[in-house]
Amino acid sequence: MSQITNSELDRRSLLRRAGAVGLAAIPAVGMLSACVGGGSEEPAKQATGEKSADNPLGIDPKAPVEIVIFDGGLGTKYATDVDTPIYKKKWPESEVKYSATQEISTVVQPRLNAGDAPDMINNSGAKMMDFGAIVAAGQAQDLTDLFAAPSFDIAGKTVAETLVPGAVEQGSYSGKPYAVNYSYTVFGLWYNKALFTKNNWTVPTTWAEFTALCDKIKAAGIVPFGYAGNNAAYYMVRALLTSAAKIGTEQALKDIDNLKPGAWTAPAVLEAAKAWGEIGNKYLDKSFLGLKHTEVQLRQNQDKVAFYPCGSWLENEQAKDTPPGFEYAVAAYPSVTTSDQLPAPALNAAAGEIYFASSKGKNPRGGMEYLRVMLSKEAAKEFTNLTKSLTVVAGAAEGLTLSPGLTSANEAITKAGKDLFMGYLFDTWYKKLNDESLSAVNDLMFKGGDAQKFCDRMEAASQAIAKDSSVQKQTRS
Amino acid sequence: MRHGKYPFIIGFLAVPVALYATFVVAAYIQTFQLSMTSWSGFGAIKFVGADNFVKLWNDELFWKSLRHNGYLLLLLPIVTIALALVFAFLLNVGGGSKGGVTRGVWGSKFYRVIFFFPQLMALAIVAVIFGRVFASDKSGMLNGLFPDSWSPWLFLADERWALTCILVVLVWQAVGFYVVLFSAGMGSIGEEIYEAAALDGASRITLFFKITLPLLWNTIQTGWVYLGIAAFDAFALINIMTVDRGGPDGATSVLAMMIYRNTFEYSQVGYASALGVVLFFLTLTFAALTLRVTRRDAV
Repeated sequence: MSQITNSELDRRSLLRRAGAVGLAAIPAVGMLSACVGGGSEEPAKQATGEKSADNPLGIDPKAPVEIVIFDGGLGTKYATDVDTPIYKKKWPESEVKYSATQEISTVVQPRLNAGDAPDMINNSGAKMMDFGAIVAAGQAQDLTDLFAAPSFDIAGKTVAETLVPGAVEQGSYSGKPYAVNYSYTVFGLWYNKALFTKNNWTVPTTWAEFTALCDKIKAAGIVPFGYAGNNAAYYMVRALLTSAAKIGTEQALKDIDNLKPGAWTAPAVLEAAKAWGEIGNKYLDKSFLGLKHTEVQLRQNQDKVAFYPCGSWLENEQAKDTPPGFEYAVAAYPSVTTSDQLPAPALNAAAGEIYFASSKGKNPRGGMEYLRVMLSKEAAKEFTNLTKSLTVVAGAAEGLTLSPGLTSANEAITKAGKDLFMGYLFDTWYKKLNDESLSAVNDLMFKGGDAQKFCDRMEAASQAIAKDSSVQKQTRS
Repeated sequence: MRHGKYPFIIGFLAVPVALYATFVVAAYIQTFQLSMTSWSGFGAIKFVGADNFVKLWNDELFWKSLRHNGYLLLLLPIVTIALALVFAFLLNVGGGSKGGVTRGVWGSKFYRVIFFFPQLMALAIVAVIFGRVFASDKSGMLNGLFPDSWSPWLFLADERWALTCILVVLVWQAVGFYVVLFSAGMGSIGEEIYEAAALDGASRITLFFKITLPLLWNTIQTGWVYLGIAAFDAFALINIMTVDRGGPDGATSVLAMMIYRNTFEYSQVGYASALGVVLFFLTLTFAALTLRVTRRDAV
């Protein structure tokens, strides 16, 4: 998810890394392995302290804690101006060693392998590390204690109890939590509320209403639905699989994540692929396959595209291109059939942006304490204020004046009520499968809408991963 | 004066050899080692023998990428060298001979500079610019030049033509350098040979095929090897320009792209190393073959 959150920056840094890597593709593999084998030795003594009500994680109050923040779309101000001061106020004798980078894997991966890990790491951006591999290598600290500890500033609740549903699960690998996914993203169909009001278009809740509205929008000379095939096909994968979950409940996505045979050819997925393939055939501009996300988003700002599948970072990302009078709003994906098992307002909202404590660092307890500070209501509120992005701390945005898009996202969450689901995790667990889904969904949406082909192809890719012993497997329930 | 020869040579070579051994040879050796493991890039290393190569053999995308590399390998040198030769000939000899001096076509000094421009631009910038040229909607340069009534050509978004678009950019970028290289080669061909041929009534075309080409053969051969190796790479352009990096649907995937993705995105360093090993041998075989096949007796 975090690669989406900072997508604008990602693409920019892509250009830079391309130039550098292009020349040295083969030796790079070997260079990377210069640190082969490191990290298996036990680290030096780790700092601990006495556990108490005031110090539930048992940190050493005098031990320094080192944090590394990704300097991307969210900036670093929330860490330097909010989190660190709160931490220092509580632990004045513990020094916070702070650094920020745009290239997390370049900076942190060699240190992990060399047994010199920072204590708390924000794993994000185009150069984020494969977190599943980090967990598999035993480099990430088990955060069970953190989530069971009392909240930093919400009395009477544990940290886990202060979070939105699914937040802990999302950072869990084989049942154990290893990461805090901090920002909270609402996924749906984004549109310009002002344009819809002007034309008297009402937001559809059923598929029939959706296609009928698309016909009207098309007649008005606007592309009804669009996404960028060049680099943002994962928005479309999410749209399709959200529909699948609405038809067949989140179980459909759990099966996909668990690489269960037949998960991709299940009726719910096929039904969703058929419905979206039809939208692709009729309402999508075929030239969008070659466009980048910013180009399609700009077109939406110019009222040339009506619906755009995306997450709630969209408004902030487009802030400088959004003309006055343009009002971002989000709608849940319409029900596909009349027998959908989840109601129409059901919403995919997921935590993203990984923060983890390193198990091989000098002060993993301190890293966890820093995370506990981040998960305080005070820090979360300021984070939303600074970054225009919601957090997993439930209700932390209360009392803030939110932008139209974020307000709409908040309303959608309320409307969905208990029908919020976190979606799928295979995209971060099995990146190869993720890449296959991008190609497959582009093929489905731009090249004829053959739903069966989409399902069969994904099924084959999923089973290939399941059989590959070199890929570390994850499960969820 | 043989005294002190070895200390002298060693003094000169020690540093570059040490650097080369550390950063190239050692890296290659480790790549070979890693290709036999299932290492993810983190933590412990497990030896798996030839598993990676078996997996490679059964990987459809590998064969597809290999075909794409082959396509570039075949066409990039031929097209680039042919174009570069024609331009170099026009710049140096094409203007015919006057007063015993062969000259280029009118304005050749100006063109010579222009041709070299693409070489000066960073590949990443070239890729971004051509991304705009080939953009798949009306905002693209080529699509913008087409009449309004045409529906936009998809270029990079069309799996049939995407790789050809990449080829065009590679040729565009490379041709300037080879014009200069061949011009230098032509400059060293004696005037009197051209003069003698011209006196015998040879046309410009005859001059080109009977004199310029044979005398330039060594330079062309070297150029061929360079271009071939470039065709094995093509990573930067494909990473930046193509749909979904290597798409649409794998239509522009090449070995270098696969190596990158497996190393840095899929955490399959072992598998990526196996790909690296294959690429290493392919490049080596190509260079050896080219030098052998194109060998000719000196004229």
